[in-house]
Amino acid sequence: METVDINVNMGPQHPSTHGVFRMVLTIDGERVMDVEPHIGYMHRGAEKLSEEMDYRQAIGYQDRTDYLAQFMNEQAYCMAVEKLLDIEVPERAEYIRVILCELNRIASHFMFLGAFGIDLGHFGTSFTYGFREREHIQDIFEEVTGERLMYSYFRPGGLVWDVPDNFVQRVRDVLPKSRQGLQDLDMLLTGNEIVSVRSRGVGVMSAEDAVSWGLSGPLLRAAGVEWDLRRDKPYSIYDRFQYDIPVGTHGDVYDRYLVRVEEVRQSIRIVEQALDQLPDGPIMPEKMPRKLRGPEAEIYSAVEGARGEYGIYLVSKGGDKPYRLKMRSPSFCNLSALRDMTIGNYVADAVAILGSIDIVLGCVDR
Amino acid sequence: MLGILKSMYVTMNAMMRKPVTIHYPDHHRDVPQRDRAFPILLWDKEVDEPFCTGCHACERACPVECMTVVMKDNPLHADGKSERRKIVDQFWIDYGRCMRCNICVEVCNFEAIAMNNTWAGHELSKFDRNDLVLDLDQLLSQHKQGKIDAWVPE
Repeated sequence: METVDINVNMGPQHPSTHGVFRMVLTIDGERVMDVEPHIGYMHRGAEKLSEEMDYRQAIGYQDRTDYLAQFMNEQAYCMAVEKLLDIEVPERAEYIRVILCELNRIASHFMFLGAFGIDLGHFGTSFTYGFREREHIQDIFEEVTGERLMYSYFRPGGLVWDVPDNFVQRVRDVLPKSRQGLQDLDMLLTGNEIVSVRSRGVGVMSAEDAVSWGLSGPLLRAAGVEWDLRRDKPYSIYDRFQYDIPVGTHGDVYDRYLVRVEEVRQSIRIVEQALDQLPDGPIMPEKMPRKLRGPEAEIYSAVEGARGEYGIYLVSKGGDKPYRLKMRSPSFCNLSALRDMTIGNYVADAVAILGSIDIVLGCVDR
Repeated sequence: MLGILKSMYVTMNAMMRKPVTIHYPDHHRDVPQRDRAFPILLWDKEVDEPFCTGCHACERACPVECMTVVMKDNPLHADGKSERRKIVDQFWIDYGRCMRCNICVEVCNFEAIAMNNTWAGHELSKFDRNDLVLDLDQLLSQHKQGKIDAWVPE
């Protein structure tokens, strides 16, 4: 009997594509034979816009790329500019940056854990739990920066203003809540048979493939490659903290979930250590030029974002604006492996695999 | 089976908890002191004129070019009542363009502009986009009437 493959359009308005992402699936029955991803629905030209602005103004656009892990983007950008202008960041500013970045990682992973449940058909429950826990951290960010989403709080050289007086106590109050919330989500999802059946052995990516696709972050670690920029290319002050790097064994969707759960625990550990060591002092270097002007140089600076290596490649030809600013966004690079992971799986699993990449479309399209 | 029972235990526990949400239009949560809504201008109550001298610093620093400032000679200075030689004549901010990055507050030399930290700064739904372009009187009115305790970082 003659059979015909069917093309199915998924997205850009599909709720489980995590934004405006479209994939054209070629299916044979329930099996996915081919995937053609279409991106660009959320392209705002952040790279080009950054070229039109001086080094301080462009900070607002860094938040708008990966809008679930904004502090990491700001960190990468500020590090690039600091390297270019040869600015030393004060101790206190570095510590506050690390605390906020790690809290941001926790918040971002809570978002993932919540959305992961939805992708596996766990309708709404895990999502609301994830949001609830994220909200505690979001409140801290709001008290510190004044904004809920687009913080623009880091500046080349340090921070825009100091944290409020009760900051340390507030974070210490929230960490146990985050731990409790993580335990709830852990109990809800980890041992659950339905989650197991849906995610084990699905979307497997071997370590070799993961490296050759250029994956980074939890995806790479789930495949069994122990690689974390915080430890292997230490930036900021991450070499002063004790933490473990969780690694998966199978490289499937379930491992990616487990790696992220463990990463939240490690981030809580880092925040606790950073709070203990938090020094007093200035948050901006004393000799800060009013107008930032850079020499001719090419700079690459990368941070371990919540989704992987977030890098800024900055070319300066002198003056107060970058000549070229390239954002190496982890979501985009990780998404490139989608086709390899999806082919041969069921249509329903395509959703789970896409969810496990944890894409942020603002970061993919920029 | 055990895993599913554990999941049920978590969801059952949630049933006993107090809700964490609030009914928004009826109840408002407190916004923190540093809350950043849209920029407003501040009013110097001692001299009874705006702090803003119309120096264009914020206009030049704005990444999205949402501001327009016009400067004039200060009539109160000619009478000897004010120390400000120049003062703002016209000021427009397009709230539709503003991306709330706080850079205008940072660059201001006279602490004349601040981010609105009240709920009035957030609830700005309008039927016409042109209504989101605020002029000098509208920008000043909130602080002039004492409805706002603006937070300006030092």
